Amino acid sequence: MSSVLLATAHLKGPHVDFAGLSPLIALLGGAAIVLLAGLVGSRRVRAHAVPGLTLVALGAALGLTIWQWHEQKSIVSGALRIDPLALILTLVLVAGAACAVLLAWRSLAAREAAHGEFHALLLTSVGGMSLLASAQNTVALFVGLELLSIPLYVMCATELRREHSLESGLKYLIIGSVGSATLLYGLAMIYGATGATDFSAIAEKLASGTLATDPLTLTGVALCVAGLCFKASVAPFHQWTPDVYEGAPTPVTAFMAVTTKVAALGVFLRFFDVALISTQSTWGPALATLATITIVVGNVGALGQSSLKRMLAYSSVAQAGYMLAGVVVASRLGVQATALYLAVYLFMNMAAFAVIVARERETGLGDSISSLAGLGRARPLLAWPMTLAMLGLAGIPATAGFIGKFYLIDAAVSGGYAWLGVVIVVGSMISLGYYLPVIAAMWMGEAPAEGRTPPVHPGGLPALAGGSPELDADAGVPEAAGWEVGTVAVLAGAATLFFGIVPQPLFDLVHHAGAALGLL
Amino acid sequence: MPPLSIIIWLPAALGLLGALAELARSRGRGGEAAGGWTLPGVLAVLGALGALGLSIGYIADFHAGSTKLQHVTDTVWIRDLGIHYKLAVTGLNVFLVGLTTLLFALATVAANRRAWNRPGLFFFHFMLAESAVLGAFLAQDLALFVAFFDLMLIPFYFLIGGWGSDRDKVTRVRATTKLVIYTFVGSLLMLAAAIATGVLSAQEGGGPITFALSEIHASALGSGTQDWIFLFFAAAFLVKMPAFPLHGWMPDGYRAMPIEVLMVFSGVLSKVGAYGFLAIVLPLFPGAAVHFQTLMLVIALTSIVYGSMQAFSQTDARLIAGYSSVAQLGFITLGIFALNPQGAQGALLQMVNHGLVVAPLLYIVALLAQRTGGSEDVRQMGGIAFRAPVLASVFLVVALATLAIPGSGNFVGEFLILLGVFKAKLAIAIIAFSGVVLASVYALRLFIRSMHNRQAPGVSSFDIGVFDGAVLAPAVAVVLLLALYPQLALHRSERSVQANVVSADIKASCGNRRIFDCLFSHRGLAVELAQAGASGHQIAGGYASGRQVLVIK
Repeated sequence: MSSVLLATAHLKGPHVDFAGLSPLIALLGGAAIVLLAGLVGSRRVRAHAVPGLTLVALGAALGLTIWQWHEQKSIVSGALRIDPLALILTLVLVAGAACAVLLAWRSLAAREAAHGEFHALLLTSVGGMSLLASAQNTVALFVGLELLSIPLYVMCATELRREHSLESGLKYLIIGSVGSATLLYGLAMIYGATGATDFSAIAEKLASGTLATDPLTLTGVALCVAGLCFKASVAPFHQWTPDVYEGAPTPVTAFMAVTTKVAALGVFLRFFDVALISTQSTWGPALATLATITIVVGNVGALGQSSLKRMLAYSSVAQAGYMLAGVVVASRLGVQATALYLAVYLFMNMAAFAVIVARERETGLGDSISSLAGLGRARPLLAWPMTLAMLGLAGIPATAGFIGKFYLIDAAVSGGYAWLGVVIVVGSMISLGYYLPVIAAMWMGEAPAEGRTPPVHPGGLPALAGGSPELDADAGVPEAAGWEVGTVAVLAGAATLFFGIVPQPLFDLVHHAGAALGLL
Repeated sequence: MPPLSIIIWLPAALGLLGALAELARSRGRGGEAAGGWTLPGVLAVLGALGALGLSIGYIADFHAGSTKLQHVTDTVWIRDLGIHYKLAVTGLNVFLVGLTTLLFALATVAANRRAWNRPGLFFFHFMLAESAVLGAFLAQDLALFVAFFDLMLIPFYFLIGGWGSDRDKVTRVRATTKLVIYTFVGSLLMLAAAIATGVLSAQEGGGPITFALSEIHASALGSGTQDWIFLFFAAAFLVKMPAFPLHGWMPDGYRAMPIEVLMVFSGVLSKVGAYGFLAIVLPLFPGAAVHFQTLMLVIALTSIVYGSMQAFSQTDARLIAGYSSVAQLGFITLGIFALNPQGAQGALLQMVNHGLVVAPLLYIVALLAQRTGGSEDVRQMGGIAFRAPVLASVFLVVALATLAIPGSGNFVGEFLILLGVFKAKLAIAIIAFSGVVLASVYALRLFIRSMHNRQAPGVSSFDIGVFDGAVLAPAVAVVLLLALYPQLALHRSERSVQANVVSADIKASCGNRRIFDCLFSHRGLAVELAQAGASGHQIAGGYASGRQVLVIK
């Protein structure tokens, strides 16, 4: 008995660095609280307190991230790394999630999924992304990826009575699982080849000896590339993107478009530029080729789309291609350029999606491009953010998109990939073919005949098909877009413009990100 | 003089003010314009006139004797990328800035004659365009130049698409999209080229990355790299001009534009391309310029011949002006790629001249359309001169200046250009002379068809009013001034032009011989260059250190 006591006395629990984990705790703890708050009886409390609490959780995560700002440390036995890159990405993720919460505030999706569940899923997903952004070994990477994906599958399908929403969720589930499985194979093979799960240990093993050209390693790397490309929707693994983006409820699409990109690109940066850095000569050209294909496929696919969400889905494919250029060069400049572009990408996409959300609720036209017709005259406060977002995504000067693209091309050229820089500008040229018509519709098109046509909602389904009278009573016609949607649009549009003219704060933000990975 | 930022941003600021004023006033009611002078219109005129006044100040204040940058504004814009917000007046841009502000002032005044839908927004875009063009001319940092160059297209996109004159809206939007995509293809290629220039020169030459024009040493780049960068820049500038095979956007675009917008588009924007060659490409990539000299001269020549042919076979008066611009811009390109000071000086003078001539010409086209009941077809004009003697005289002055009659400023410009080409490539100069003849054909044809002959049915002729006179008079006055005293422009730009073409000039005349031997045999050239104030580095161009030249100096 006494010996047992003695043994436990000597057993020291592992040191847990709660400070480093605090943003993650805020997110996941927040998810639990929000889930409980969703059980409150009053409908009004549910509809407003739950998103409010979610924002508080996100705000706490944001504050804790900033508190950790200058840290550089490994936590949880080296599974996670807290460094400027992880913190910047977390910042962008949290900001993106906050925008998504605002966009979903009065949305059908949040209501149908019961507010608590919707927001808890959202917070869990953000937690997974934040985990992913700081993952330092392959196990943490995979856990983060699943924690990110599974809530998203559900969120895509939250508009229970819309067929496209369900289809979108199912499609995403199936394709996402294939991607995860592929990635897992790849990770296992790399573990088999190197005997390590830790990124820096893998890098050490690969640097010494002939492991770098070992077929097992190379197959593993190839499978990892494929798996991650599914997540980042890099061509030719992008086919799910347009369908899922179009089908998912728009606030969820906005959330997905921005944050999964951030998380996936974060993993790309960490995994390829740290763990696999010594095989850069092998995967560099391959990834550059993928980037080229992605840019071409994304931009060409977006041409002629009449659904704005589909168009933005293809555009996000193309943008992923641009950002891959920063990964390919595996340099400090590349990391900084990618991180900066991710931040800029947040503003531009949020502005665009906020406007789409607003128009979806105001007109009966859904996300069709015609829902924007004549917006310039009728609603300048919505038209300007959309215009700036489109110009920014196309990379026009005086928007942050120009600065981001400039930096990426800069990184590509100085990394010896000048041709990839040219591919980026060629992609931008094609992209004008679909961004400009959106602007033309707003400023040069006539507004449709007056009279608000509220969106049509299918009636209740039989209980067998998932319908319930209680839900029907709860659903009804959604409220008009509130002030919060307009606020997101205006703020994001203003940020797009502001950082296009005064970009230095963004550069200061990402300045240490590159150094964090120990690249030149 | 006040800092250059003021002249750049004053128009945009007043345009924005006008737009906000309109927004504040129209809140609650429809916001339909009544016509005539509106508050945004008046603010825009004030902004344009303010910029004009400042630019006259800069011209008067210009020190002709040096190649130094004047009135420099230099602050760091983006530290991490080495991009500076650097503006300066040089001999190259001082008159182009004057031209820009003058034409914008005239066009803004002219625009007030019409009632625009949403005038606040119209004038905001109009003034933003002026700011962007001025920024492109004044920028002394490659990245800043590219940013302004791309930016200036955006307001024009809105202006043409939103307020275009084509009756059919679908065609108009399509024409606008075509124009913008066409020109952006070039611009974006230039973006890649500009970044490559900055990054690669910093890598090759060592030292921190910078885009300041005076500090980029692109000569360190390999000739293959220089070649592709040159071609990308050339694509941007040639589309903008437009030059012959790249002019596809021009006819539709010209037809779709409101005439006030077209005045500045044709008068000023095309010059930014030509200015880019002179101010950026020649000093940075003299080797590539020599390498592609023949190609560029041939493009220029085809532009002249094709533009002239089209100009005298078209019946739309607007397109006659448009194609004549293609031809005139061909002459300007020809002068630039003569790669010697005479040609470049002629080109610069011709840029100013063409702008001064084409803007009133287009305005006259609009006046003619008033008298034919809206048609701009020369077949439906005729006999307008009988009752409009003042209009006819003004038109005659403009037409004669267009065809570069001896005694006009255009004559001096074309003469210098041809002189330069004569020295460089004899065969091309001989063909180019035909362009001078062709110009008289289309200019006089337009004048005769509209003014003389029998009065066409549907034409109601009346003379111009005070308002139209106020728009036309300043431009015509400056045309006459430059005709009588071209030295005004030539003298001020001389040194800067020489300094900018000097490297290319030496490369062109020395070929692959060692620079020292070459300069020894062309002693006159070296002395001339040294007198022009070119630095050793500029003279040595790519391959020799500056010391050898300084010995001669």
